[in-house]
Amino acid sequence: MSTSIVKDLAPGAAPLVVLDGVNKHFGALHVLQDINLEIAQGEVVVLIGPSGSGKSTLCRTINRLETVDSGTITIDGRPLPAEGRELARLRAEVGMVFQSFNLFAHKTVLENVVLGQVKVRKVPRAQAEAKARELLERVGVAAQADKLPAQLSGGQQQRVAIARALAMNPKVMLFDEPTSALDPEMINEVLEVMRNLAADGMTMVVVTHEMGFARSAANRVLFMADGRIVEENTPEAFFTAPRSDRAKDFLSKILHH
Amino acid sequence: MDILFEHGNFALLRDGFLQTVELSALAALLALLLGTLLAAFRVSPVPVLRAFGTVWVTAFRNTPLTLLFLAAVFTLPRLDVRFSPFTFAVLALGFYTAAFVCEVLRSGINTVPLGQAEAARSLGMTFGQTLRLVILPQAAKTVLGPMSSVFIALPRNSAIAGAFSVAELFQAQATLTDLGYPIALIFFWVALPYLTISASVGLLFHYLPQIVAAGGRLVRGLSERGTPVRTETVEANQ
Ligand SMILES: Nc1ncnc2c1ncn2[C@@H]1O[C@H](COP(=O)(O)OP(=O)(O)OP(=O)(O)O)[C@@H](O)[C@H]1O
Ligand SMILES: [Mg+2]
Repeated sequence: MSTSIVKDLAPGAAPLVVLDGVNKHFGALHVLQDINLEIAQGEVVVLIGPSGSGKSTLCRTINRLETVDSGTITIDGRPLPAEGRELARLRAEVGMVFQSFNLFAHKTVLENVVLGQVKVRKVPRAQAEAKARELLERVGVAAQADKLPAQLSGGQQQRVAIARALAMNPKVMLFDEPTSALDPEMINEVLEVMRNLAADGMTMVVVTHEMGFARSAANRVLFMADGRIVEENTPEAFFTAPRSDRAKDFLSKILHH
Repeated sequence: MDILFEHGNFALLRDGFLQTVELSALAALLALLLGTLLAAFRVSPVPVLRAFGTVWVTAFRNTPLTLLFLAAVFTLPRLDVRFSPFTFAVLALGFYTAAFVCEVLRSGINTVPLGQAEAARSLGMTFGQTLRLVILPQAAKTVLGPMSSVFIALPRNSAIAGAFSVAELFQAQATLTDLGYPIALIFFWVALPYLTISASVGLLFHYLPQIVAAGGRLVRGLSERGTPVRTETVEANQ
């Protein structure tokens, strides 16, 4: 087990991400029920819970890939606007890493990391390329810069996806089951990149069932069930002494295989 | 052979040919621009635009082209819209073909995984940027075949304009028939130019990927002063 890198957070600082009374329906299904959540600058929050509990939806509402029915979401003091250019601009400040990588299939690895910088942030091309190479170096795939995503392993693709998101200088990074689509031998290379990111002070929301990661890098674990945050605690306390029956039941299932 | 060199028949056929080419080219341009816009409407997040795109496609794709010409030539003037028959023909053919262009593009867009658009949006790209930089380039490959069919059909469809006072190729045929030439000869000299036009369009689409790649290399070569030009390897990996 890797040593703990959990940071001490400055108390009393204004929270970076605030969800206030967020509700969301898919048709008749009430996927997010009155979610209130504050995430501090530099905090690493792990979201855990059974399938269909709303973890992905919660993640996706934070950068407005999903709209909400009621409630507000505030990033660094600014509420998320409805649609349009203003929203696009704010979205760039929230990095997102998907389970299925979603690298741009028609662009080289380098271009994947350059594109957003040049087109969204209007960074000059040479500068964007330099930064892309530096980030690819940081996640350990610099040698693959000129290949297409399909030529890379899953673990390499996911690390490129992290570099692509980091290139926008996001204030917060969202990870939706970043290692679930990976072969077991590749999971650690991705988690290692995420641990380093956490240690460098990135604010992160991570949907994952990797308890090793939660214990070593998370400040807080949120347990979701049926669209609600049922329990929240430090990773240590949550995994050793869950309070709710739902959490006990869930943990006994994931611990038994 | 005589048919070509009597009574100014050559000039008649030549002018008809040029008129058909001009009509087809203008209608193709209109269809391409309008069709792309309609496709963007149909996949846009704005319900009003989506509805507009749907109505357009349903109306223009399901109405016989002859009826559209009729409507353009006889109805619009009553509403005090007065254009030359040629302009009406460009509009009718362009609006009609745009519906097909839109549907070809839309089905191409639907072959691109949703995750690609989500990744683009999460980087802060606007709807337009997502479409232009991420979705359409990936849809292009699947779109090329069906799109070439649409534009090969267009010059053939343009023949209907001949029945509505546009002096294009098909009308030259009517003139020659009135002059009493053998129908087989007329058919040959009218069909040949249509064949030439359609075959040219087919060839253009066939070599489009190479043309675009060469253009891209040229642009990159000019913009990346000093750095070596990297060629796209997309085709090579198929
Ligand atoms: N676009 C959608 N339309 C309708 N229902 C949806 C949509 N997306 C998700 N749902 C439903 O909302 C509920 C919550 O989904 P969500 O993906 O957030 O769960 P999750 O906790 O991430 O689950 P998993 O662990 O399986 O990824 C599920 O019942 C799902 O079927
Ligand atoms: Mg999920």
